[in-house]
Amino acid sequence: MNARAQTLLWAVQRASAAVLGVCVAVHLATMVYAIRGGLSAAEILSRTQGSAGWFAFYSTFVLAVSVHAPIGLRSVLAEWLGWHGRGRDAALLALAMLLAVLGMRAVFGVFL
Amino acid sequence: MNTLKIQVWRGGAKGSFQRFEVPRHESQTVLDVVTYIQRALDPTLAYRFACRVGMCGSCAMTVNGVPRWTCRTHVDIALKSGNELIIGPLRNLPVIRDLVTDMREFFDKWARAKGYFEGQRTRRDDFAKIPPEGKDRKQVDTAIECIGCAVCYASCDVVTWNPDYLGPAALNRAWTLVKDERDVAGTGRLRAVAGDAGCHSCHTHLSCTERCPKQLSPTASIAGLKRESFLSLFGKSS
Repeated sequence: MNARAQTLLWAVQRASAAVLGVCVAVHLATMVYAIRGGLSAAEILSRTQGSAGWFAFYSTFVLAVSVHAPIGLRSVLAEWLGWHGRGRDAALLALAMLLAVLGMRAVFGVFL
Repeated sequence: MNTLKIQVWRGGAKGSFQRFEVPRHESQTVLDVVTYIQRALDPTLAYRFACRVGMCGSCAMTVNGVPRWTCRTHVDIALKSGNELIIGPLRNLPVIRDLVTDMREFFDKWARAKGYFEGQRTRRDDFAKIPPEGKDRKQVDTAIECIGCAVCYASCDVVTWNPDYLGPAALNRAWTLVKDERDVAGTGRLRAVAGDAGCHSCHTHLSCTERCPKQLSPTASIAGLKRESFLSLFGKSS
């Protein structure tokens, strides 16, 4: 991977970290607020289903995770396991897609 | 007379610590201790030094687990408590013998980081005028004071994990040239210092900055390179 691509990966990881900082805070605050008085799954779904705002928020959250985690793991695999090269990058691309698919499946599950 | 207990690394990559007892003096440096051992106790001890005043960067060793310039490190400071010094070669570099490490890879990485000046002016051109208060010049005011002692390199965990990593000193040198208005290497140098072996591998542990005997901040230089290489993607510079 050339220097330009690696610089882009670095920038994307920093940008996704900034997005995650906001998403994690909003997610935790919402969870704490929503379950204060006890909340059933049905009640949660009644609030999320059809809500374009929550759909956009959690889609952004999932995509940021899908981008952020594999780039971080890329360094961990190189430094701790000595795994470099295209095989590693291909495996991490697969992981990114898996995270995105599973995450978006969950988002659609509470939205539709 | 007070004496110091000393353990000194003997051998190459494989070896062991040898014990000595050395007379304790006021304002004694770690280099004084090593020199005493070689001159009075065991002339076969190999170590490296030159200026003895913190300019040449050749006498760095690991002292009680910490990479230090030994000519400017008082025994008092290295000891903290107790009465024993354990002196070994620098980490992350191959050991030639005893306290002497092979610095070739360290300096080869400076070359790989394009840590050399590339100018365009000839002797027929006027002198370049670099105002001390200039924005670029001020950003490298401290970084240009590096003496190449490799203390930062020995302190860096990323070098341990990734032997291809250029390391703090080479990247710091590259940063001083990126901000040198006379230099013309431009994006070529930024490409050389970007990526998995370069500035983007830095974890910002700050060990280099913590240990640098000249109180420089290679971490800040590396952050500058990250910023500059990102901006260069869009044809800009800071």
